[in-house]
Amino acid sequence: MSTILEGALYVMRDNVDTDQIIPAQYLNLVPTIPEEYEKLGGYALIGLSEAQHPERFIAPGELKTRYPLLIAGRNFGCGSSREHAPIALGAAGAQAVIAESYARIFFRNCVATGELYPIESAVRLCDTLKTGQIGRLDLDAGTLVVEGVIHRLKPLGEARPVIDAGGLFKYARRNHLIPVR
Amino acid sequence: MTLTEKLLARAGGKMRVAPGENVWVQVDVLMTHDVCGPGTIGVFHREFGRDAKVWDASRIVIIPDHYIFTADSRSNRNVDLLREFVREQGIRWFYDVIDDPKSVWKFDAAKGQLKRQYGDAFAGVCHTALAAKGHTRPGEVLLGTDSHTCMAGAFNLFATGIGNTDAGFVMGTGKLLLKVPETMRFRLEGALPFGVMAKDAILHVIGEIGFDGATYRAMQFDGEGARSLSMDDRMTIANMAIEAGGKNGIFEFDAKTKAYVDARIRANGTRAAYEPVEADREQKFVYDKTFDLSKIEPTVAKHPDPGQRALARDCGDIALDRAYIGSCTGGKASDFLAFARVVKGKRVKIDTFGVPATPEVVRELQVFQMDGKSAWRVLEEAGVRMTENASCAACLGGPEDTFGRLNRPMNCITATNRNFPGRMGHKDSKVYLASPYTVAASALTGRITDPREHLPSS
Ligand code: SF4
Repeated sequence: MSTILEGALYVMRDNVDTDQIIPAQYLNLVPTIPEEYEKLGGYALIGLSEAQHPERFIAPGELKTRYPLLIAGRNFGCGSSREHAPIALGAAGAQAVIAESYARIFFRNCVATGELYPIESAVRLCDTLKTGQIGRLDLDAGTLVVEGVIHRLKPLGEARPVIDAGGLFKYARRNHLIPVR
Repeated sequence: MTLTEKLLARAGGKMRVAPGENVWVQVDVLMTHDVCGPGTIGVFHREFGRDAKVWDASRIVIIPDHYIFTADSRSNRNVDLLREFVREQGIRWFYDVIDDPKSVWKFDAAKGQLKRQYGDAFAGVCHTALAAKGHTRPGEVLLGTDSHTCMAGAFNLFATGIGNTDAGFVMGTGKLLLKVPETMRFRLEGALPFGVMAKDAILHVIGEIGFDGATYRAMQFDGEGARSLSMDDRMTIANMAIEAGGKNGIFEFDAKTKAYVDARIRANGTRAAYEPVEADREQKFVYDKTFDLSKIEPTVAKHPDPGQRALARDCGDIALDRAYIGSCTGGKASDFLAFARVVKGKRVKIDTFGVPATPEVVRELQVFQMDGKSAWRVLEEAGVRMTENASCAACLGGPEDTFGRLNRPMNCITATNRNFPGRMGHKDSKVYLASPYTVAASALTGRITDPREHLPSS
């Protein structure tokens, strides 16, 4: 697993809830069905208001994003327990989200699915960083570098190896918590 | 240890646990529904094999309730996926929408869904149904693929919402690794005053600690005020623990809990034995505060999140386009009866939709008499558009043809539990959360209204 993730940032504010990440009308898509998994990616963050986010996370007609690194404020992923939320972000090609804090179930679902790294920033970043800037995230060093400025991140702790492994099941098998198939 | 710590210690086979500790917990009941069930089943088959059997078919409860009265073919396919799994695994506790899944079932748009479209097995909104069907046994661990699973904490359970991958893991093993949360204690005293409901109390509490004030934590409601609350009230409060970010909400066990639970276990024939937990004398809290219920006033949470607390009487300048009563939080019989007391003999001024949480609530309202008329009739005569199709409906938006959905930007006051942008449909709508009393009074005036002037005083 590479410890460096690099790409364009997509910046959001506080309380981006699961309805904004994947609105309820798309929950009829079943993530374990491959075509529907792809489709979920195409709807990722479609619930964000157009007025506040004129640059869309997914360009019209696309299934993948140009922004692999998400930046947010407090309480990212609050609301429902739908695993469709981290899955839609992961399916769209997002690799990590860096927020001030997370809602519990969203954080857990990121880890269980291994879809993306939910990282906490040491200080609030969403007021200073801009969508489209290029960031270089170093998981081992715990830093995000944007235009030469180094931003400190909090360690992922015990969640890191689970996501590195590719989610709960792969991790559990690797560590013989459940039988290897 | 606190109630939550005691429950997790027991389920983890340990004498003691401490907050922060990770414990492998034995699960008593796993609940899933039509939105997350198919994905959970997909994870289960992918990880344990096409021919794998669930860990215990008698402990899995499947309740289609979210997208069921819709013409959307993918939603209907999802219920078919649940049916197939139930057959394959021999799952008994499946509350199917229709009795004969082979019969041709068609959405009747002409009737605006006002006609009943379900069979006798159907149970309605999952959290209310779990309680109504005797699946909430005190002292147990209940996990569900829905964030409001925490509602079962009203019955002295450890209950919390999980995602599909975790649920797939539980389906195969019966276990899950859970972190023991720190406990926040809300000691309630006094009793709810005139015109104030449990919904006001929980909106007050969330406003106090903030919409993320209980993140990673357990919310324990105890004290003499908690005991004064009915089981419906306790359900409303525990339901909304998640709106403060809480992992679970929990109440003590008492005679009211016992009476409610025992009657429903008997009626539905679910497993009868259970063992409640009691808190220890010595409990450690990260937060400990007393709330006097008698001082709480009609409260609303303004757009755009459940922590935007305000008093109803200070919001009279907010004009409304729609009122809505329903959901696991606000669609119980007691909620509709409260609503009916306010609107009886009057007419609502704005579009008002009523969606009972369960078919049982429909029956109760149709039987319950208010001055020689059924409560159902009182509501309809006041202009409330009632549907017999108990379900989640517009609480979470859903497909475009969902009853009561906000299909264009508007202001809506609702007895449901969540008001993030887009929650009830259109992402530019504004949703205000309030008690059934306040929703009813506001429906009469078309503005957010304190219900106390609109309630008969006895
Ligand atoms: S009624 Fe609303 S809150 Fe309750 S389970 Fe259904 S969608 Fe969720």
